[in-house]
Amino acid sequence: MTIDEVRQIILNILEDIAPDEDISSIDDNTKLRDQIDLDSMDFLDIVMELRKRFNIEVPEKDYEHLATLAGCITYLQPLLKDRLAAS
Amino acid sequence: MAYDAIIIGSGLSGLAAGIRLAMFNKKVCILEKHTVLGGLNSFYVRKNRTFDVGLHAMTNFTPKGVRNSPLGKLLKQLRFSHDDFRLCQQEMSEIRFPEHVLRFTNDFEFFRQEVADEFPREIDGFNKLADKILAFDELDLNDKKVLSSRPILESFIKNPVLIDMLNCPLMYYGNAREGDMDFYQFVIMFKSIFVEGFAKPVGGMQHILHLLEQKFKKLGGELRMGSGVTSINAKNGTVESVTLENGEQLVAESVISSMGYVETLNHCSPGLEKTEPCATGQVSFMESLCVVDCEPRDLGYDKSIVFFSTQPQFDYKVPNEMVNPTTGVLCCSNNFNYPEPMKEGLIRLTNLANFSKWDSLSRKDYIAAKKYWRTQALESVFTFFPDFRDNMVFLDSFTPKTIKKYTGHLNGAVYGSPQKIKDGKTPVNNLFICGTDQGFLGIIGASLSGISMANLHVLQK
Repeated sequence: MTIDEVRQIILNILEDIAPDEDISSIDDNTKLRDQIDLDSMDFLDIVMELRKRFNIEVPEKDYEHLATLAGCITYLQPLLKDRLAAS
Repeated sequence: MAYDAIIIGSGLSGLAAGIRLAMFNKKVCILEKHTVLGGLNSFYVRKNRTFDVGLHAMTNFTPKGVRNSPLGKLLKQLRFSHDDFRLCQQEMSEIRFPEHVLRFTNDFEFFRQEVADEFPREIDGFNKLADKILAFDELDLNDKKVLSSRPILESFIKNPVLIDMLNCPLMYYGNAREGDMDFYQFVIMFKSIFVEGFAKPVGGMQHILHLLEQKFKKLGGELRMGSGVTSINAKNGTVESVTLENGEQLVAESVISSMGYVETLNHCSPGLEKTEPCATGQVSFMESLCVVDCEPRDLGYDKSIVFFSTQPQFDYKVPNEMVNPTTGVLCCSNNFNYPEPMKEGLIRLTNLANFSKWDSLSRKDYIAAKKYWRTQALESVFTFFPDFRDNMVFLDSFTPKTIKKYTGHLNGAVYGSPQKIKDGKTPVNNLFICGTDQGFLGIIGASLSGISMANLHVLQK
């Protein structure tokens, strides 16, 4: 899975959990929390969606990696790559 | 066949918890003993008219686009759009005491100005109190400190009438404790009523409950009506199953109960040693629904909601008599900004009432008492407000006994126990509570209670 594909997957999740926000203008390196008003309940939803859609478990200690879009991509790409290679 | 979770009660907290769990593919079943959804916020039909129970108005109104308010969080977590709820804001409400009137809208600055005009000497103290309230984190589930609000209010405000007037709506709409209120609960209610505000959904509770039910079922959740739970069966401190009234046993990994804390423990089998004192709530109400043949504003009732006390001192406690007619809440459903006017005029009157007095009556005496006390309550209203008896075309009342009968809450206690269990835990490992006894109240609060308990104890597990 390419970086762009992973990026799109995360954007799709954000679009589902924050339908009123403008996802297209998100900057990859600024904290998501500061751009689209995400709270801890929303972060739980990101984690739950990753589990539901890709069977990926993000342990609580790794939540910090999900703070920015770039962080999400770096953290998730190897996990998603493994998943595709295994399937 | 085992469920990931069983939820007891299809009120707002149970439905919201169910939606959260079903959303993430948990196998979940909601059990409701009644044949109608909603629990403490439900509806009933009499003579082709549908009346809401519990709901005068929804508190916590914030406009579309506000995402970090309780309503905004609820919509996000349950994935509804603001428009789905079809909320219509109040016009104006008031707090009316013998010497003073304070009006309020969904704009907090309007209320601040009212306080400044009516109590000029107190406005500095009021502003400082408001700052403290706005900075307070009332949603911290781990905060176990108990602060009572009266000494805090007295440290900012000298005039006891203003303190009573501030307390009056906040207590009527969400205080389980007689006489005083926990400060965090005061903050929740202050924000939800004065800072945020009132709205009503087009179609009433039925509309909101239908939305939640449809979403829950679409996500694959199972809802069983008329399925009362007779026992919650635990072994070595862990729930294994629940037994239904028809004898059926359902196995579940976790159980979330909205029955009330004591009510839930009472259903545990084997019975639990009560390790800590747990008080049951006492505060309940009598409510009369008066249908009138014109718009209430034409009868002199032009406010959305009026919180009144005909006495200078406001006493929020279970009355010694069956009902306390000297103070109450009047709600005119018509005086909300609906896109189309309601078919009929409706004025609701709510008064504090004494459960055990109502519960002790025979059927015949009960009916007579209902008539007697609603007449007393209305006569007290008419010492303060215009008489509308000549325009009344239908009148129905319910009492604390009615509330107990349909919701199962001990004493008909609409706001549950004064001791809230914020983390929702019980002495049984995988048994949790949500709803009134967990601590968030009202329609938005109850839903958030279900959401946060489902998140904390099942999804994040």
